[in-house]
Amino acid sequence: MIENRPGLNLLAHLVLILGVAIVAMPVWIAFVASTHTATDFSSGTIPMWPGPHLIENYSRMLDSGLSTSGTPPVGMMMLNSLVMALMIAIGKIIISVLSAFAIVYFRFPLRNLAFWCIFITLMLPVEVRIVPTFQVVAGLGLLNSYAGLSIPLIASATATFLFRQVFLTIPDELTEAARIDGAGPMKFFRDILLPLSRTNIAALFVILFIYGWNQYLWPLLVTTDSSYYTIVAGIKRMADAVDGLPQWHLVMATAVMAMLPPVAVVIAMQKLFVKGLVETEK
Amino acid sequence: MASITLENVGKVYPGGTRAIGDVNIDIADGEFIVLVGPSGCGKSTLLRMVAGLESITDGTVRIADRVVNEIEPADRDIAMVFQNYALYPHMSVRQNLEYGLKNRGTKRDEIDRRVAEAAGILQLEPYLDRKPRALSGGQRQRVAMGRAIVREPAAFLFDEPLSNLDAKLRVAMRLEIKELQKRLRTTSLYVTHDQLEAMTLADRLVVLNMGKVEQIGTPLEVYRRPASAFVAGFIGSPAMNLIPARAVPHLPGSAHAGLLGIRPEDMDITADGPIVLRINAVEELGAQRLVHGLVGGEAFTVTAPSDADLGEVLRLSVPTQALHRFDAESGKRLD
Repeated sequence: MIENRPGLNLLAHLVLILGVAIVAMPVWIAFVASTHTATDFSSGTIPMWPGPHLIENYSRMLDSGLSTSGTPPVGMMMLNSLVMALMIAIGKIIISVLSAFAIVYFRFPLRNLAFWCIFITLMLPVEVRIVPTFQVVAGLGLLNSYAGLSIPLIASATATFLFRQVFLTIPDELTEAARIDGAGPMKFFRDILLPLSRTNIAALFVILFIYGWNQYLWPLLVTTDSSYYTIVAGIKRMADAVDGLPQWHLVMATAVMAMLPPVAVVIAMQKLFVKGLVETEK
Repeated sequence: MASITLENVGKVYPGGTRAIGDVNIDIADGEFIVLVGPSGCGKSTLLRMVAGLESITDGTVRIADRVVNEIEPADRDIAMVFQNYALYPHMSVRQNLEYGLKNRGTKRDEIDRRVAEAAGILQLEPYLDRKPRALSGGQRQRVAMGRAIVREPAAFLFDEPLSNLDAKLRVAMRLEIKELQKRLRTTSLYVTHDQLEAMTLADRLVVLNMGKVEQIGTPLEVYRRPASAFVAGFIGSPAMNLIPARAVPHLPGSAHAGLLGIRPEDMDITADGPIVLRINAVEELGAQRLVHGLVGGEAFTVTAPSDADLGEVLRLSVPTQALHRFDAESGKRLD
């Protein structure tokens, strides 16, 4: 709809600005809090402008962490989160692209059953199956390991469906041309399908990386050794101050740092991300 | 270089639908055969069966005297050109041309030689490093043909390769394909629904209807002596008039035939002709006109001089040799 009415424009902008403010405000407060001392923030009046302790707070978290809550330095937790998020994102992509390939291009017995099994897992997110999943992971001796952190989260029906849709848009003639050109199934997969789904893979990577990075409940459950703490679960542990006020300025400094990698991924892959979501022509 | 033989070839889909029934075609080495028929007649299915993209349920297909029924498309030594080109969109023109050769483990210098040669023949040299999306329809079509040429296969299979092009380009590419085939002398099987394309390209035509072969012959044979009423109505433009014989009892031979076929261009306007036509529509072609009317209740078309006008009554006579007589029941030619 194209209308040219100044009043309407103004209203639209007001609504948008309000929306942005609602989203951005907590982030701003977190940043402001991370630049003050502990007492400034718990005195009752919340400061709205950055204070002078930015470098001090951040370097303390990076160097030593908050020893009273038993969390390691932030860098360590960031690394754990990064490994977990990458393993989840890449693992999910590999598994789902292969299963979509099987479902779309191969006629095998019980193909429909396999398809429905994948479909049904949509109804079973981690939170629903967390107790049995924990038991399996514990039984396999995977507690406190990167494998334990990521493998239970790797299977993904959503991504499988996304790739299925992508593959269905690839014309049959292309498959046939490749067959006549002597490309076997795996060669076809590598030479034709993967390059054609490049943008979709990128878009999915962004979404899945953020999904993995933001995992909270599962890491909290399977890590008891502080050297495997992830940053999101770590923030929660820091905020649990048993005998005193939480060190909000340090918690907030950690939270701000935890936000940076997902932001970096989104910015770096923005172009491919948008392309992957809107592009339909193959 | 090879012959292709189809022997009692048939195709029944798992549901029981019969797409192709009992087709026999002998294609000589270097021959250009066009499969033509209306949409849904099974011509593409037949081509895809030769290519190996559809299974063959009855009969045998031989390429170069080797039965290929159970052989993978890649190992049949054929190359196919698709209607929508089916170029790999993420590869440059050069990579598109090379792909089939690379998969077969052809040596690097041999690949380069063949790609250079094909690019030369098809005037694709300036575009070798472009992606297909940066090419026009005609250029994409050339790349698709180049991909077939570099393979140096026993046979080319064309599946309506020109139907995505505009009319002018189609005529130009038609000529190019014809010349190319004459030069390379590669056995070719070409599918089209366009009878004009079929007539101009073919060494021999195969007219298909409902999965069955109606007639096989050179374009002139098929045009001059259509084997059935279906072929008569399908080949030639404007289409042959088909009228019940009892509508024109004065014509010679009409007594024994069910259907009479007369080409619009084969009639003379005379003062005492046996066919009477009241003109109720006129199509201007420039040099002459197509006039339409009803004879015996059936639509009837005649090419007439440009002064024939609406409402006029024409009397038409037909030379005996221009009369085609068909059986009313089977539609088969009677003489």
